[in-house]
Parts: sequence; C-alpha cells; structure tokens
Amino acid sequence: MIEIQDIVKEFDGNTVLTGVTETIQKGEIFAIIGPSGQGKTTLLRILGLLLKQTSGRILFEGKPISQISDSDPVRRRFGMVFQTPVAFKDSVYHNIALGLRYRGFSKEVIREKVMQKLEEIGLTGYENRKATTLSGGEKQRVSLARVMVTGPDVLILDEPTANLDPVSTEVIEDLIRYYNKKLGTTVILSTHDLMQGQRLADRVAVMMNGRFIQSGPIFDVFTRPCSEDVAKFIGISNVLSGKIIRKEEGMSVILVDGKEIHAIAEEPVGTQVKIAIRPEEITLHTGPDQWSSARNILFGVVEAVRPFGIISLIRVKSGDLILSVQVTWQSIKELDLKSGVQVSLSFKAPSVHIMPDENSYEC
Amino acid sequence: MNDLLTGFQMALNLILAADPEVLTITLTTLRITFTSVLIGTLISIPLGAAITFREFRGKKTLISIIQTLYALPTVIVGLLCYMVLSRSGPLGDLKWLFTPNGMIFGQTILIIPIMAGLTIAALQAIDPIITDTIRSLGATRLQFLKSHLREARFAIMAAIIVGFSRAISEVGTAIMIGGNIKGHTRVLTTAISLQTSMGNFNLSLALGIILLAIALIINLIMGFVQNR
Repeated sequence: MIEIQDIVKEFDGNTVLTGVTETIQKGEIFAIIGPSGQGKTTLLRILGLLLKQTSGRILFEGKPISQISDSDPVRRRFGMVFQTPVAFKDSVYHNIALGLRYRGFSKEVIREKVMQKLEEIGLTGYENRKATTLSGGEKQRVSLARVMVTGPDVLILDEPTANLDPVSTEVIEDLIRYYNKKLGTTVILSTHDLMQGQRLADRVAVMMNGRFIQSGPIFDVFTRPCSEDVAKFIGISNVLSGKIIRKEEGMSVILVDGKEIHAIAEEPVGTQVKIAIRPEEITLHTGPDQWSSARNILFGVVEAVRPFGIISLIRVKSGDLILSVQVTWQSIKELDLKSGVQVSLSFKAPSVHIMPDENSYEC
Repeated sequence: MNDLLTGFQMALNLILAADPEVLTITLTTLRITFTSVLIGTLISIPLGAAITFREFRGKKTLISIIQTLYALPTVIVGLLCYMVLSRSGPLGDLKWLFTPNGMIFGQTILIIPIMAGLTIAALQAIDPIITDTIRSLGATRLQFLKSHLREARFAIMAAIIVGFSRAISEVGTAIMIGGNIKGHTRVLTTAISLQTSMGNFNLSLALGIILLAIALIINLIMGFVQNR
C-alpha cells in the first residue's frame, strides 16, 4: 500500500535519514522502533506529508505522493497523532469536529460522528469541557478521535504514549488496536518502548543511523536480531564473540571466552561469529549437579546483582565468560543470591542466536 | 488632594448632568477611536498573519521594524500626516486636514504597528504541534488561517485592546491633524490639554476620569468575552 523508496532527508547539511526503504501492507500495524534521535520522527513527518524528503520517493497505492501540496486530497487520507498531547483552546466537541468541518460535513453528520467517537474513546459527556483542561491521557484520546473521525486510510502515530502514564498508555493502545481491527486502518507508529512494539505491531523495523537495519515480523526481529546493535537494542544483554571450532551431533561448538557453547549454526568450522543469548533463556540453579536437559551447562560465581524491580539481572562469571541472567526477586530471596555464591547456568542450544561477526549497518 | 476630590465630584456632576459639550467631546472621541481601531484591525490582522505564515527575505528585519514602531511618537505621525494631508500634500485633495476623517487616518497609522506586531507575536506563540495538527487534518489555506486566528483569539483580542488604548489616549496626532475645533474635532485628550493650559484643572481632571472610565468599560467587556 505504501512503498517507501530510498528516502533521504538532510537538514542544513546533516543527513538524518540515510536511505529508508520498506513496503507497508494495507491493514497492518507497522512499528518503527529504535533509540531516540535516529530519525523516526523525521520519517513519520515525511509519511504524514508534513515534511518533504531530500530524495527518494513514496508511493501510495502505486502513485507517488512525494512533494504534494497542502490542498492535495491525498493528504486527507492520512491522519497523524503526535508525541505531545495537544488540544485546541476550545471545547472537546470542537476539537474532535475540526477535521469534519474542514471537509464540509453538515452539522447533523458532524454531531453524530463526534458523539460516536466520544463514546469510543470513553469520554461521553465531556463534549462541552474545555479541552485544554483535560489530562495528558485524555487529550491524547481526543487527538486520536480527532484523526479517526475523519476516517483516514493511514494512521500515523509518533511515539503516541511517550508522555503518558501506564493506564493511559493501555487505553491508547487498545484504541489503536480497535481502529485497526474494526476499520482496517493501516497503522504506522514509532516507539522507543520495545514492549509496546511487541504488544501492538504485526511487523517491526529497527531504525538506527537513519535507516532500517532490520525489519520483519515481530517474532523474527525479536528472536533473530541481525547484528550486535539490534541485539543490544532489543534487550539481549549477552552478546559475545566466538569462533566455531567443531561440529558435533549436528550442532556447532563455539569457543567463547575459553568456554565451549553448543549452538545451531550453519556456518563452517573456523568462522568468527557473534552469539546472542537472552538473559531470560538462561536458567540459574544453586548447588551442584542440577539435572538439566539443556545442552549448555556452565558453573560460575555470582559477580553482581542488578535489581530491575520485580526482575533482577544477575551477572555470573564462569572462567573468563560473563553472562547476565534474569531472575525474579522472589528467587533471589529464596536462593539467597549475592556476590560470591556458586551457581550453575543452563540454556538450550536453540537459545543461542548466531550473528555475523562484523556489526554491519544493514542486514 | 482637594483638587483631586473636586475633580472627581465635577466629573460625576458633568456625567450626571449630561453636559452637552462634554457629551459632544466624548461622542467624537468614541467615534474617531472606534473607527480607527476597526480599520486598524482589518488591516493589522491580515498583515500580521501574512507576515507570520509567509517566508520571505528580510522577514526578521521587517518584524524588528514593526516592533520599533511600537514607540512611534504620536507627534511624528501627526507631522507626517499633516504633510500628506495638507493642501499641497499627496492626499491634499481629500481635504481631510482638521477633520475627524484626518484624525482617523492618523490614529489608524499610529496603531497599525503595535496591533500587527502583537498579532504576529500571538500567532507565533501557537504550539507548532497545533500547526502540524491543522495541516495534517487537511485544512485548506483559508481553513489553516481561520483555525490559527481562532487559536490565538485571546492574544489577538489583547492586541485590539492595546490598539484601542493607544488611540483613545494619544494627543499629538489628534491636535496636529484635528486642530481641536470645538464641536468638530475636539476630543477628550485635546480638550484636557486645552483646559489645563487655561488653568481649568478641575475640568481637565473630570475629562480625564471620563476617558479612563471608557477604557475601563471596554476592558471589562473584552474580559467578559474572553472568559465566556
């Protein structure tokens, strides 16, 4: 539905987007994730027709929409919600009705549509309130209603919940999902919140250095990152260098910091690789000889406990190899985990994800 | 202190008695000021909007010049308008010198910079996300303008009040172009000036109080509209 072809954007000599290419399908929720300052907002502003790219083009239903004027009717098929919730200094009703007024709908039609949207966003009875007095979450719901009441084909959301509390975030996410399912609206959103990306999106793209370095279905990207940068961004804290030293029972044995790790890898013996292991895929036991079916069992000593609320990250040193392991707060208490405690770690061979050695910017 | 009290008393008496001369002066003042503010508004708001939303070379310089003209001395406007409107001047054929029309002309010129400048400030103060929202909702050029003016309406109303205040309180232009002709171009400020030079402090004070009362009423009305 939307083909993004090699979009480049420069601001005063700074290249913010270095060539973004992607095809977004009709009816999908497509999330752009990545650290702040990597060009997510710039790309969305170009898609939302608020900004013109320096080069490259965007096709909407096969037709180029680059460089269109403010009065082009195509603009009215796109809707955009911004990071900071804003409201016009008017009633909630007026705020939601604005886009319909621009489109010249009659008063009766506007009333009917606005009232319906108020009900959908859970603000029935708020129509005469001054919109500027609403909370951030309510304002953002009004922003969403203001866009959705015009029935856009494409809904663009730039970090829509970045400034909201968890409860308001959930409401907004439910609404995004609702409009996507009920009306088939194509949704493109950016977020730095990985969990939000996972909760909402059908497909995800990781934006770094002004381009998508990896994109695909949620599961693929989150389980098979293509480079060290992506792996680290999606929360895999164990990224290590190693070399495949032999093949054994259809598996590869990789030498990592002096330890042998079993993994499933196609690469031939002698290849230098990066491996990534999610901290939550590693099981930790205290005491010796814990029986486990996992291919990889390592013994080590707890180096540090980093509390992360309910879940803590425990750093374990096994020889020269250091791994982070996720443990619940409950387990830390029960097992009395602290620096110096002897532990064993186990993880399955398929939990070890293999990546190329060089940290390429595109994969 | 006694003079002040007598002044208040006299003002009250003049108002209650509907003194015909005071009434004429007050009505002339209101007619000239309101007309100036109306014409000034019709010019300043579109001008301010055009300067805000158009990109052109020298935009910042132009805004600086407009802001400098906030301090435009009323006697300078009076002098320039006198030269323009005098018989041999470019607009001499209008025969506006020493007429209320001439005073409206001068006061309008006097208040355009401050009204246009405050309109620009009001529009520039709008959150850029509001502008983005208006554009992405698919507003036409005219709808874009209307929505921005509506969003800035309180600040623009303040610009109109400032223009009104400057027009009703100035004396330089009124006296130089109007000439303070009794029953014709005499307004509150020029009358105060004359009465003071004649030593009638009480009457001057009374006229001053009437002027401030008008300003107060206008502000109250505007405040009421804003809070609605």
